Amino acid sequence: MLRQTPFHARTAALCESQAWRRWAGYVVASSYELTHDREYHAIRSSAALLDVSPLYKYLITGRDAERLLDRVVTRDVARTKVGQVLYTPWCDAAGKVIDDGTIARLAEQTFRLTAADPNLRWLHLNAAGLDVRIEDVSSSTAALALQGPSSRTILEELTAADLKGLKYYRLTPSSIRGIPVTISRTGYTGDLGFELWMDADQALPIWDAVIETGTAYGVTPCGMLALDLARIEAGLLLLEVDYVSAHHALLESQKSSPYELNLGWTVGLEKEWFVGKPALVAEAARGPEWQLVGLEVDWDSLERLYAEVGLPPRLPNTAWRTSVPVYVDGTQVGYATSGCWSPVLKEYLALAHVQGQHARPGSTVMMEVTVEHHRKRAAARVAKTPFFNPERKRA
Amino acid sequence: MPSPSPSPSRYDAIVVGGGHNGLVNAAYLARAGRRVLVLERRPRVGGAAVTEEVFPGFKFSMFSYVVSLLRPEIIRDLDLPGHGLHILPLESTLTPMENGDYLAAWADHDETRRELYRHSPRDADAYDEYGRLMHFMAHAVKPILGMVPPDPTSLHPRDLLGLLRLGRHFRGLGAEKLHALVKLMTMSSADFLDEWFETDVLKATKSASGIIGTFLGPRSPGTAYVLLHHYMGELDGVFRAWGFAKGGTGSVSEAIAGAARRFGAEIRTDATVARVLVTRGRATGVVLENGDEIRAQAVVSSLDPRRTFLQLLASDGLPEDFVAAIRRFKFRGSSGKVNLALGALPNFTCMPGPGRHLRGAVSISPSLEYVERAYDDAKYGEFSRRPYLDIVIPSMIDPGMAPPGKHVMSIFVQYAPYHLNGGWTDARREAFGDAVIDAVARFAPNLKSIILHRQVLTPADIERVTGLTEGNIFQGELALHQLFFLRPAPSWARYRTPVRGLYQCGAGTHPGGGIMGASGRLAALAMLGDGA
Repeated sequence: MLRQTPFHARTAALCESQAWRRWAGYVVASSYELTHDREYHAIRSSAALLDVSPLYKYLITGRDAERLLDRVVTRDVARTKVGQVLYTPWCDAAGKVIDDGTIARLAEQTFRLTAADPNLRWLHLNAAGLDVRIEDVSSSTAALALQGPSSRTILEELTAADLKGLKYYRLTPSSIRGIPVTISRTGYTGDLGFELWMDADQALPIWDAVIETGTAYGVTPCGMLALDLARIEAGLLLLEVDYVSAHHALLESQKSSPYELNLGWTVGLEKEWFVGKPALVAEAARGPEWQLVGLEVDWDSLERLYAEVGLPPRLPNTAWRTSVPVYVDGTQVGYATSGCWSPVLKEYLALAHVQGQHARPGSTVMMEVTVEHHRKRAAARVAKTPFFNPERKRA
Repeated sequence: MPSPSPSPSRYDAIVVGGGHNGLVNAAYLARAGRRVLVLERRPRVGGAAVTEEVFPGFKFSMFSYVVSLLRPEIIRDLDLPGHGLHILPLESTLTPMENGDYLAAWADHDETRRELYRHSPRDADAYDEYGRLMHFMAHAVKPILGMVPPDPTSLHPRDLLGLLRLGRHFRGLGAEKLHALVKLMTMSSADFLDEWFETDVLKATKSASGIIGTFLGPRSPGTAYVLLHHYMGELDGVFRAWGFAKGGTGSVSEAIAGAARRFGAEIRTDATVARVLVTRGRATGVVLENGDEIRAQAVVSSLDPRRTFLQLLASDGLPEDFVAAIRRFKFRGSSGKVNLALGALPNFTCMPGPGRHLRGAVSISPSLEYVERAYDDAKYGEFSRRPYLDIVIPSMIDPGMAPPGKHVMSIFVQYAPYHLNGGWTDARREAFGDAVIDAVARFAPNLKSIILHRQVLTPADIERVTGLTEGNIFQGELALHQLFFLRPAPSWARYRTPVRGLYQCGAGTHPGGGIMGASGRLAALAMLGDGA
């Protein structure tokens, strides 16, 4: 049986659609309403409340906590200040990505690492000889994401924390109705937003407080279908969808380096050492073979393909997660891994792996689309991600 | 319109009126490298698509309140999302009935079907079939929206080619669809819907979309065609351009203005154009009310045909038959608007409490007879004692429209005849507002106790504020005899006018009506074509 998150009593009561999805062994709502439209628009227009408790969470403490993390991940943890959050991938010895997540520096010697996959063993393997304690707090820590333009206003009513002063990827300890929470200005939507971290047994009163205060601002419980649209617009990757963990891959060709995932900016080559560094130094010198890019499907091209069969264009209702071939001059040069119609940008978007020489923004590729059971190819432009990047995200 | 070669005037084109069509026109001209100046009489752009904070903290889409037919090509060409356009879904329609029951249409197809089944199992089946036919019809007619109307009396190759294409297009429909099209063109919406459905409240609510902006009732022939317009919006549904603009409809205008500015257009507000300068039969610029003269190679008016030809121009320079045709062009404003600031949510007796139905439209159209009787009042020069109403609560969709916990309600009202017996006075306006609020309160009794402020707009007010003649929201009735190659006048439906260098780009030209932008765009393409 799948496990229930600490918010299940509330989310189950709200889940009119009875559409659930599994996430890391938990059951979470795909959408609460019968269609996910409004939940999506809440992310971009008012505020959406998401139960993100199934994330794997590790509390890493001790004198060598910083050293352990610096060994494992590609980014420079030593330079992180207390109250700062880092997004980072981590790699195997060959410089291929195992997973990605965030590291929050809660205190000088206390960090919280979030991950999409279990990483306890990997952390222990790398902790040999270090004075560090690694605790799996996945089920004892509940997490809520409050995302959208009104999220700050709602939280300001609920807490005394200075949220205007809280910068992007920073956190602050605070409390809501007397219950301690950590508020981080992070999220998976590419919008203004926060995540609330709390003890699992205090989860329900926090949910209730956010709903009660947020209702006047249009807060909307939001499921995974809506989140999937937002994260594609934000160009954020999903493990086992957009890339395969080096620990799971069956073929070398299934693995990706940070450079190939457009995550070169996270690789701290100036660090003395981290797992995979020698391989990544070499790759940085020769340039990556592949590139993860954004694609914007050309509307006129899509419309023509549908007009040939006498239909207006059909667009995906939800984000898709299949491998779709991408061509240049009739030769396959890559594959798209996620795609969706962006309601806010009015563009058909996809994330794709393409060979390096075709990754230049503005260049044209052809993406396979199935039109009335026939495989066709629609033109698509290579675009920089994030596709959607509002000023309010960082402001 | 000449290409941008060195010229004595600063501008290649002056756009008179900064409504959404004027702005679309300016944006397309500027995008093609032309130097464009937009002159708007009011302190803000938008025309009838404006958001105003009428009462502190309460923002209203003062006039036009939903987006349905905004052309997808305009959204793309001008990158309106990049300039802040965000359309939120408006997902349901609730029609309260006299007997305390209701009819609801929800975003989910199964739910809607189950709801209709409750009223009539037969209609629940017919609904899908009807939807399919209307989908085909809308698909067949839609290309016309993006087409410069060919003149059937002209022998110009351009017109002949256009007619030939159109003929082929319609012949390609096949007999069944062609017959349905002829019915849609000739029948009343009530009669057309009678052929499909037995549930009166369903027919009443559907037919209401056929009377908006016209001085016709659901039993008036020709209204069936307007049903089709509604489905064209749904066809663009694949593009998902239908709904409520975040920030109100003014944000649509602001997005278009932003795009126009990005392309280099200059927009001046508080600049009233008194008349168009004509020298030797050619438009050479405009004179502002303050006496300033501004020269340009071309002038394009986004105002309605009557204001363009009978006010901005000295009409004696125009051909007599043209002036006569413009004088005959029917406006007959028939709608009003009531905007309410509310301290709490209305409580509808048929569906008590707050709920998702308040995030959609509420239609006061309990029966066909109700809507037809509302028209009867107007026919004889009175406002409807019990009007047809289309209600939305924008703050439920975009909470930013009102202070937290408070709400704004937008009530579109029909009928309110421009030519009211005895004329519109302050007292008649308030009486009209009372009738509207009474009509809502019959179904939501707490309404009167939660009203903080109210704004009542009669067709006379719409004319006074926006300049729309007789307060017609479409710059001239969307009646069959005023569409396509007849809009606004026979032989002058191609955005050009009898005055060289003077163009028209408002909703008074094909295809007109709604926040569509098609007139503005097609006019710009015609102007650029003349210069090419």
